[in-house]
Amino acid sequence: MPDNSKSLMIQTTDLTKRFGRFTAVDKLNLSIEKGEIFGFLGANGAGKTTAIRMLCGLLKPTSGTAVVADCDITHQSEQLKTRIGYMSQRFALYEDLTVKENVLFYSGIYQVETSRALSVAEELLSEMGIDLGSKALTSSLPLGFKQRLALTCSLLHDPRLLFLDEPTSGVDPQARRAFWNVINRLAEKGKTVIVTTHFMDEAEYCHRVVIMQEGKAIALGEPAVLKNEHSVPNMQQLFLKLVS
Amino acid sequence: MQDIIQVRDIMHQYGDKTALEKISLQVSQGEIHGLIGPDSAGKTTLMRILCGLLNIQSGTVSVFDLDVSKKFKEIRSRLGYMPQRFSLYQDLSVEENLLFFARLFSVTVQERNQRLPELYAFSRLEQFKSRRAGALSGGMKQKLALSCALVHRPELLILDEPTYGVDPVSRQEFWQMLKSIQKGGTSILVSTPYMDEAELCDRVTLIYNGKVLASDTPTKIKANWNKVVFRVTSPEMKELEPELVKIIEIESCQRFGNELHLVLQADEAASIINQLETRFDEYMPMLEQIQPGMEDIYLSYMQAVQHKEPSHAG
Ligand SMILES: Nc1ncnc2c1ncn2[C@@H]1O[C@H](COP(=O)(O)OP(=O)(O)OP(=O)(O)O)[C@@H](O)[C@H]1O
Ligand SMILES: [Mg+2]
Repeated sequence: MPDNSKSLMIQTTDLTKRFGRFTAVDKLNLSIEKGEIFGFLGANGAGKTTAIRMLCGLLKPTSGTAVVADCDITHQSEQLKTRIGYMSQRFALYEDLTVKENVLFYSGIYQVETSRALSVAEELLSEMGIDLGSKALTSSLPLGFKQRLALTCSLLHDPRLLFLDEPTSGVDPQARRAFWNVINRLAEKGKTVIVTTHFMDEAEYCHRVVIMQEGKAIALGEPAVLKNEHSVPNMQQLFLKLVS
Repeated sequence: MQDIIQVRDIMHQYGDKTALEKISLQVSQGEIHGLIGPDSAGKTTLMRILCGLLNIQSGTVSVFDLDVSKKFKEIRSRLGYMPQRFSLYQDLSVEENLLFFARLFSVTVQERNQRLPELYAFSRLEQFKSRRAGALSGGMKQKLALSCALVHRPELLILDEPTYGVDPVSRQEFWQMLKSIQKGGTSILVSTPYMDEAELCDRVTLIYNGKVLASDTPTKIKANWNKVVFRVTSPEMKELEPELVKIIEIESCQRFGNELHLVLQADEAASIINQLETRFDEYMPMLEQIQPGMEDIYLSYMQAVQHKEPSHAG
């Protein structure tokens, strides 16, 4: 068998998380390649956020292992954190800071030189239509701007792998399309993007998706292939067919 | 039909920022009325004014035919409001939260015992009823918050983005429940970023930059829109999209999952389609006229207003 581990960004082996007697993630086996846009789909409580938090080194697995960006998630979690960006389900921005202060705060966390962080932020934010010098507090920004600011903060240290947990929840149709343009551009620049979403049109934009149910992967593959296999016209129908 | 909400010419400013600019709106008794528009359009401000949580700076607002600036106490006792970020008691269990809100809203034991199974059927939280709310997933918390808001049946429900983070199956079930609550006589004002939900409303108001752009039934909004939509499907979508975007006669070319939607002026459609068929012969895209959806219309309105007044960022 050819060794393809060099092109893999994530490989999990029976990755499992239990909270007491409840199993949130159940023997998950995934291989995700460099440069992929990979989607996690599933009903509320299926285990997406729990799986992602383990892959980010934020939560210890109960059993099983995973290698992410060449780090073992259990034993090299500190090193792992320097290689990945993570945007959580409720973005962790400081609402009473300005845009620039948030950028400076995160540059401290990721230990990026201030001048470099500011120039990275300047470029990304202007691309997304946000003024780094704005005096407005983050709390007064529309959700779409907060989302782009949160994304920027997760990119300051130029990670090769990005985890976006529901980046577009609550975002209107136009802003969602703009955000997906940014995701596509990041992937074109070679970043691997792991994303969760409850918008099934967005599932179509992923290279591959996994559908989770009660902690297990019940479907895995390219949207076109999965739709074909289950004879459905779109991902919305696929989701309703497999999950309800 | 009688209006349960009447908003006339209200303006609202936060400091020197205008959130609402002379908005007027009517919600009829018994309808499900959807508020759509980008974030910061003013939907939440409007809802907070209706609930008497923000002072009215100018204009008039009446709910149940009562003046909100004078009778807000009475109004508040007759309506249910679920804010965008509803806080649950994180340390109480799922069931304790439901019972707490039932008591808060003075729901009788009999009503409560009838409603809990309905709410559990939609939320699928029954098997987790003794779990601490704080240990639920994001969408499960949202569903619990929704269930708490729906444990009573006021005359009017105001729900600010109730399906935030809710999965597709539960969203369907939630809307079935809204319809049955409506049948029971409750009027509902609901905001949403999901255009498939806007389709399910009796009437929809589209707000942008504190102004109403349209307010009508989805059917009439579509009928009054003088454009047509063509669906494009092709195995070479990636190559095709940038080419289509360049063609100026096409008003807009937007992605809809695995399809592209082209918006064309009705009277130019035939000639443009003709031109496309010759030009893209080699890619052989499938072109098919379809009924416009609310998402097509939403995007088209946004494009038109932003073209006129480019929004200032940051
Ligand atoms: N600390 C905890 N203690 C107990 N159960 C937990 C804890 N954290 C998560 N869970 C449970 O694990 C399951 C999976 O949660 P998770 O947040 O991973 O779901 P999700 O797929 O991200 O859902 P959503 O779409 O709602 O965000 C849920 O049943 C949740 O209640
Ligand atoms: Mg989650």
